[in-house]
Amino acid sequence: MSTVFIPAVLRTSVGGVKSLAVDGSSIREVVDALVAQHPALGGQLLTTDGDLNRFVNVYVNGQDVRYLAGLDTPVAPADEVRLLPAMAGG
Amino acid sequence: MSKSYADLLREARAQIREVSADELAALPAGAAAVVDVREASEWEQGYIPGASHVSKSYIEQQIEGIAPDRDAPVVLYCAGGVRSLFAAQTLADMGYTDVASMKGGFQAWKSAGLTFDTPVVLNAEQKQRYSRHLLIPEVGSAGQATLLGSKALLIGAGGLGSPAALYLAAAGVGTIGLVDFDVVDLSNLQRQIVHTTARVGERKVESAKIAINALNPDVNVVLHEEMLVAANVERLIAGYDVILDGTDTFETRYILNDAAVAAGIPVVHASVFRFEGQLTTFIPFEGPCYRCLYPTPPPPELAPGCSVAGVLGVVPGILGLLQTNEALKVLLDMGTTLAGRLLLFDALETEFTELKLRRDPNCPVCSDAAVEARKAGRPFQVDGVNVEAPFLMTGSWGAAS
Repeated sequence: MSTVFIPAVLRTSVGGVKSLAVDGSSIREVVDALVAQHPALGGQLLTTDGDLNRFVNVYVNGQDVRYLAGLDTPVAPADEVRLLPAMAGG
Repeated sequence: MSKSYADLLREARAQIREVSADELAALPAGAAAVVDVREASEWEQGYIPGASHVSKSYIEQQIEGIAPDRDAPVVLYCAGGVRSLFAAQTLADMGYTDVASMKGGFQAWKSAGLTFDTPVVLNAEQKQRYSRHLLIPEVGSAGQATLLGSKALLIGAGGLGSPAALYLAAAGVGTIGLVDFDVVDLSNLQRQIVHTTARVGERKVESAKIAINALNPDVNVVLHEEMLVAANVERLIAGYDVILDGTDTFETRYILNDAAVAAGIPVVHASVFRFEGQLTTFIPFEGPCYRCLYPTPPPPELAPGCSVAGVLGVVPGILGLLQTNEALKVLLDMGTTLAGRLLLFDALETEFTELKLRRDPNCPVCSDAAVEARKAGRPFQVDGVNVEAPFLMTGSWGAAS
């Protein structure tokens, strides 16, 4: 299982936890599994067409999946997946 | 057996190779480390271009910082060519294998009609105020003079802007611009340490100016009591060397990004939420810009600001200081900035995480095609489709969408 780090702004949608262990061999499978467990995440991560929202970045081991293979980026069991929404607070 | 000065000088001449001013001038730049061993008061009157300064009395302690390689060529000079001979003997004793002394010293250099530089001289009070900077070779009096001549713009005199304003002022950044339209509220004081209880109700820019000038009266504080919007952004940022983005709305952040890229001004970006912060430095066309990182803003319900979600007071303090560190490096052109890296801070875990950022080849603001389109005054397109930038550029840059 890969570890998905949940940023503070999305934590209320996952019961307040900081990270979750999620099964999946691609970002798409990981995101689908996350949304299946925590449906409230769906509207925050995905567009109505099922693509990643452009204001949420997804990183695998520190690399932005937009510059890898997007939702098709492979994920290995030991990988760290990080969801990163934009923040504005100053 | 005792030795006279003449004996010592004879021995030094026999041991140390001497070069003439013309020979030194003919060396290609960087071929030798040139070190001025005179006193600081002599150095201030002028020095050989490219030389480093270490007084003879500090030569043993400081030479390794300037010339770490003992087999690389070193040329010393003083005023007349005697002190540099003795200093060269010391270096030879320390194992330097290629040390020379310039014959006739700086007097001979000037007599030969060769050019010299005159350092920016700090006054006595400045030398004391900035002494801990002057002791760092990477800053020194030249770096301090650079800071005194630099202009930094703070967007927001709030949680991030407070530590930045105070430390930029303390560091002697000569001009600090403040953009903020708000007044000090009691609820600001849990983190906005540039303001005070007595100044609740006053304009934030005025309040911050009082604190800045109380710390360092040398600083010229420029007040812009207005909200940064598309119609004024180009005017507000013009002439600044670096911008610290400490606003709390996405709209302002995108407007600032677009205008700063167009003007070629680096922006040090930070944002905070509860226990977390994000930080990076956007250097136009060298690294990604804000739109490369986040192409579009989230809907408001997914991105509450500090006034709605709250923030631990120290988080903007820590992030604002890291912003200031980035700004000083940009101004002094030293070290490695966070350009191309996003630093995440988690106060609960005391954890820093670094993510790799890239320039988006289709960025509607900083990509080559976007710049071309902007200059030609036409919409930027990818695959024949207009790319919408949510906020419009004004003035000579025309509309970006």
